[in-house]
Amino acid sequence: MKSYALFKKDISSELRTRYAINALAMFIIVTLSIILFSIGNERISSSLTGGLFWVIIFFTSMSGLSRVFVSEEERGTSLTLQLIAAPSTVFSGKLLFNLILVFAMNTVIAILYSALFNTFVLKNFALFLTSFILSNIGLAFASTIIAAIISKAGAKGTLYPVLSFPILLPLILTSVQLTLFAMDGTSFETAKFELAIVGCYDVIIFTVSYLLFDFIWKE
Amino acid sequence: MIEYSLTVESINKTFGRRLIFSGINFKLDSSTIFGISGPNGSGKSTLVKIIANIISPSSGKLVHNLNGTEIKPEKLHNHIGLVSPYLVLYDEFSAYENLNYFSEIRGISFDKEKVDKLLNKFLLYNRKDDLVKTYSSGMKQRLKFIFALMHSPQLIILDEPTSNLDDEGKEVVYELVKKEAKKNIVIIASNEKTDLSLCSETIDLKNYKK
Repeated sequence: MKSYALFKKDISSELRTRYAINALAMFIIVTLSIILFSIGNERISSSLTGGLFWVIIFFTSMSGLSRVFVSEEERGTSLTLQLIAAPSTVFSGKLLFNLILVFAMNTVIAILYSALFNTFVLKNFALFLTSFILSNIGLAFASTIIAAIISKAGAKGTLYPVLSFPILLPLILTSVQLTLFAMDGTSFETAKFELAIVGCYDVIIFTVSYLLFDFIWKE
Repeated sequence: MIEYSLTVESINKTFGRRLIFSGINFKLDSSTIFGISGPNGSGKSTLVKIIANIISPSSGKLVHNLNGTEIKPEKLHNHIGLVSPYLVLYDEFSAYENLNYFSEIRGISFDKEKVDKLLNKFLLYNRKDDLVKTYSSGMKQRLKFIFALMHSPQLIILDEPTSNLDDEGKEVVYELVKKEAKKNIVIIASNEKTDLSLCSETIDLKNYKK
């Protein structure tokens, strides 16, 4: 309930300040437009279409998901949070906020991408949906803990994608592969190894984040 | 009656190679007003943050006890009220919204009667629904007192409590410190002689630099 109260506070704050939503919306529109302009009339291969989809997701995440901690640090309200909540409450509340943001953001990207790129055809939609959900969970977990780490640093904007890249690489590579499987119409049976990798990634990153957060949060 | 005690044992703090203070020892029990003084940069705010469990000491130990039982670090925030210049409340919310969210996040019910009483005491009741960003620095300072007291903490830490306050505001604070000190521990970190005159014991941090 305490985490939910923090999540409610963050949602309410976001709706008033538009700290992350505007940045994410602009990034999605600009990135999709640039890709469309650069492709022109050319028909791109399905493997490239699947890869580009995750490139957009990765960079959009880098532009907005760090705000959950960075905004608190920049405004000086981190101390206030430390005085009213235990570290586990702060982590769960912020994680919940990033989960909702990641799902909303990636759903918008997926819908726009399907509408704008006619080579993005999913033959096994159930597989895509499963991998999409698992990957989004991993993305939210990883981006939340990385945001907590970089919020204490000086060059936050630069550090976030640099630190995120090696941590998110296994997730992104496997998600690209799963998207390609979904586009090819591959069965769940064939894709189970990749699904297991993403599932294990989610469990590992959540456990590590939860254990490390106390040390990151307290100076 | 709730018995709260704070024991500080051989606290040292360094930032890199720079020693802030060393060898601080004291024990405080309920119904005490304790002062921390020292020149600018002597580490008053650092010591306050260590006591409030916001930062860790480089060495040494702090023990917070409630009725003879040590309070776990993750539960400590519910027993501490802090007012300080570096404390920032959410500008995009009104005073009432801020206080309501703080109660919910703490996991306690919003005591409307108590909050209204405190808002009245600090002369903010008529502005309770205005956004905090429209407040003057003095009004924000008053709101910080309400934030620090609304959950009835047993340890109240006031870092430069009268900064930005007018004479009327200072009087309210002094009256409140005396009232709270009847049952709780109040720690005042300040250089103002009038603030420190309320304290029964004061340590000067310039004596803890070796």
